[in-house]
Amino acid sequence: MQKITRETLVAKASALLAEGMVDRVLGWKKGEFAYDVTPNVFADAASLEKDFVYGDFCGANFSKYLIAETRKGEGKILVFLKPCDTYSFNQLLTEHRFDREKVYVVGIPCEGMADIGKIKAEVGEGILEVESDANGFTVKTLYKGDVKLTAEQALGERCLVCKSKKHVAYDELIGEDGVVIDSARFDEVEKLEKMSSDERFAFWQNELSRCIRCNACRDVCPACSCEKCVFNNPKSGVENKAVADSFEEKMFHIIRAFHVAGRCTDCGECSRVCPQDIPLHLLNRKFIKDINSFYGEYQAGETVGSRAPLVNYTTEDIEPSEAVERGNQ
Amino acid sequence: MQRIGVFVCWCGSNIAGTVDVQAVSEALKNEPGVVLSTNYQYMCSQAGQDMIKAAIAEHKLTGIVICSCSPRMHEATFRKTAAAAGINPYMVEIANIREQCSWVHKEMEIGTEKAIILGKAAIAKVNLNTPLTPGESPVTKRALVIGGGIAGIQTALDIADAGFEVDIVEKKPTIGGKMAQLDKTFPTLDCAACILTPKMVDVGQHEKIRIFSYSEVTALEGFVGNFTATITKKARFVKEDVCTGCGLCTEKCPQKKVPNEFNLGMDNRRAIYIPFAQAVPKVATIDPDHCTMLKTGKCGLCAKVCTAGAIDYTQKDEVIKEKYGAIVVATGYEPISMEKFDEFAYNQSKDVITSLEFERLTNAAGPTAGKLLRPSDGKHPHKIVFVQCVGSRCENCAEKGKEYCSKICCMYTAKHAMLTRDKYPDTEVYVFYIDVRTPGKNFDEFYRRAVEEYGVHYIKGMVGKVTPEGDKLMVQASDLLADKQLHIDADLVVLAAAIEPDKSARPLATMLTASMDTNDFFTEAHPKLRPVESPTAGVYLSGTCQGPKDIPETVSQAGAAAAKVIGLLAKDKLTGNPCVAHSDELMCNGCSSCERVCPYGAITYTDKEFRMPNRTTLIRRVASVNEAVCQGCGACTVACPSGAMDLKGFASEQIIAEVDAVCK
Repeated sequence: MQKITRETLVAKASALLAEGMVDRVLGWKKGEFAYDVTPNVFADAASLEKDFVYGDFCGANFSKYLIAETRKGEGKILVFLKPCDTYSFNQLLTEHRFDREKVYVVGIPCEGMADIGKIKAEVGEGILEVESDANGFTVKTLYKGDVKLTAEQALGERCLVCKSKKHVAYDELIGEDGVVIDSARFDEVEKLEKMSSDERFAFWQNELSRCIRCNACRDVCPACSCEKCVFNNPKSGVENKAVADSFEEKMFHIIRAFHVAGRCTDCGECSRVCPQDIPLHLLNRKFIKDINSFYGEYQAGETVGSRAPLVNYTTEDIEPSEAVERGNQ
Repeated sequence: MQRIGVFVCWCGSNIAGTVDVQAVSEALKNEPGVVLSTNYQYMCSQAGQDMIKAAIAEHKLTGIVICSCSPRMHEATFRKTAAAAGINPYMVEIANIREQCSWVHKEMEIGTEKAIILGKAAIAKVNLNTPLTPGESPVTKRALVIGGGIAGIQTALDIADAGFEVDIVEKKPTIGGKMAQLDKTFPTLDCAACILTPKMVDVGQHEKIRIFSYSEVTALEGFVGNFTATITKKARFVKEDVCTGCGLCTEKCPQKKVPNEFNLGMDNRRAIYIPFAQAVPKVATIDPDHCTMLKTGKCGLCAKVCTAGAIDYTQKDEVIKEKYGAIVVATGYEPISMEKFDEFAYNQSKDVITSLEFERLTNAAGPTAGKLLRPSDGKHPHKIVFVQCVGSRCENCAEKGKEYCSKICCMYTAKHAMLTRDKYPDTEVYVFYIDVRTPGKNFDEFYRRAVEEYGVHYIKGMVGKVTPEGDKLMVQASDLLADKQLHIDADLVVLAAAIEPDKSARPLATMLTASMDTNDFFTEAHPKLRPVESPTAGVYLSGTCQGPKDIPETVSQAGAAAAKVIGLLAKDKLTGNPCVAHSDELMCNGCSSCERVCPYGAITYTDKEFRMPNRTTLIRRVASVNEAVCQGCGACTVACPSGAMDLKGFASEQIIAEVDAVCK
């Protein structure tokens, strides 16, 4: 597959701006380091030329940005979406969170995005630049010179078990579309399921005890798009439940997982942004796996307007008693 | 801050026997908001209620907690008491310390502890209660009766006679139902047609009644007082208002070999037909499965002979939408299929028939003009065996029969046996039974007459096997009282097939959101006290759709259902339930989750303008609840991700406060 370059995207964006098809472009801007690129809105070709970047660290899922962006005026915004982002895009459309007419989607292929945390764990500090090609990653460092890493070592976990290279929504595609992958994404969940409940409790206690309640997972999550989050609403009675004691404080994540159940597309942004490296996506994936086994395969965001099993009733639905029994196994 | 009064009821010794009521009222004294806590022997008595009213005035109470029996019992009572004393009735909460406490515990200590906890929970809730006012909705003063058998006919006549409009929807080309097929009726032996057809005529001529025959209800929406039904009138290819019912077409139609369903296939009708002479409406219908014209475009004979010009081969199904205030289900029954009862040789011999087929054979308007002749050879049968409970009371044969008693078979079999012996005294008649069940006015006397006056051989025991041999049916049976095997060489075997709800009942129940039992009989709101009402408001039950019934019972129930409908339609407005869902527009995301789970279609969306910072405005999609349609089930409040949707009177905050009070 052809490698998508910055130039291809800048050219596409500039052309669409020039045509008047869009009046803004949602893309990535260079940060302080090679790996801390930041989402940014560009209004003209000059600023695109100056600041737009694209590379192995452009993992952010832009779909959620569209809620705020489409509320700014009448014009169309151009957004670049990777295959996994398009699922979130559809899910947000299902929930009527923004006006499809105000967005121009350019689908871009993706071979996986790098995880700076993993790379740092391999090569340490002093990373100057990261390059990739078909053979893997080359990390230029201040102290160790060039370090070669395999894709396995450098790619994010979510990318290693990528569920789909297929865009489920776009106005235009760059490159060829991929296919849905029968990935091993539930392997980690199965490991957790095999634990005894004490072991599992210990696992999550260990993971969640690192949580600093920075809310990054919530703020980045495309399913967490409420006008007012229940955790910010004293009347909801949820906020005070999440801080009742030292471990129950972590109920925050359990409550959040329940809130996005059936709507989570498994984009993996929660784990990507977690500064404490908590594998939060595993909670959501467990829910997805259960929903699949209880109600049949369901992928949130696969189509717009689909009825998630949790907000649907059919006579074939599992009996609650059976669900409980399976949970106890 | 609320000023709450707590009233602990002894319920005589019902509560006080297991709960230390004094300790409960003491313990609840210091709960937040409580200004008065007391107890009394019978809180629901006039004296108890006066005590509450006096306390409201004296202590300026704003909220009431009654620790007593189940709210199902007296919540309404105490709400009225509160309203009479000038506070909003929804400021009353009941802590059920009887059914959930004193009745389920034996030890005073445990019972008292739990009563205190339940009291605390109710107090925690009242602290968050707000006054609620129920909304009102108008009533469409028209009733829909689904099914045009004797149940539907009687219900429709009674409602119409009270002055309200009624529409009957009947899926067959004529009203009349099963009763129109019967010969005589027990226990008085009047001819079914003689007592039914005048009623059918009354229905046809009643200015308040419209009949949609050959029609089905295909969709339904709305709620009590405001239903909208979609009725599909199947094309009968005959203009109903033009056809005079002269019947000329039914004589000239060249397609003569269509099994006549009215005679249960025992003779033939034409492709254009009028089911029977007294049909209402008396209009011909073309059967599209057999009409040569409709199938091949060649024939058109009926159109040629019709002097009225009523034939219309291009007719299409017609869809009608109509509003109704109340709906009566009168979908009736069908005898179960005998296909699976191989032991009785129903599929092997034409001379093994069901009781309904027997009715047609003895009916003057039937295929044999009332002469009892064997279907196989037209000869007069000299030995007849009646088998009761075929598929009824079938405990171990759920795959082919029914567990319940079909109730009517004992009586009609006695009738058949008696009439046979009366008309043809040379016929030997045997009846095999498990029990003979004859409760009902003059029923047992009727059965005794069959045995004692008419000499019918009643044999306790079941028939094991029927084997056709030559022109005889060899019946192998056991006589349990004599403890011996019997072999009878019968000429005719009549099976009293179990009855089951009509097949249209199940999809209809889904449309109506009315509940059914495992046998597909409609469930009544209360088996004893509300037997003609379905648990779904505005939906009533008439006849065998609710359970096996004979004609007298059906007619009584039909009248009772009509009385309930009249009671509803007589009201101009219905007071709703104020405990309905409410969406907080500031928090609503417009995501449609609530709309998807709402079983009543009570949620709609509007684009609303909100003021934003910097003097800008934002148009957002937000949910709103139609309070008249909402039933307060709360499904939306669970589906709502942002917590914007909440239930008045049962707000999440209130429930959590209750849980906190219990768990503290």
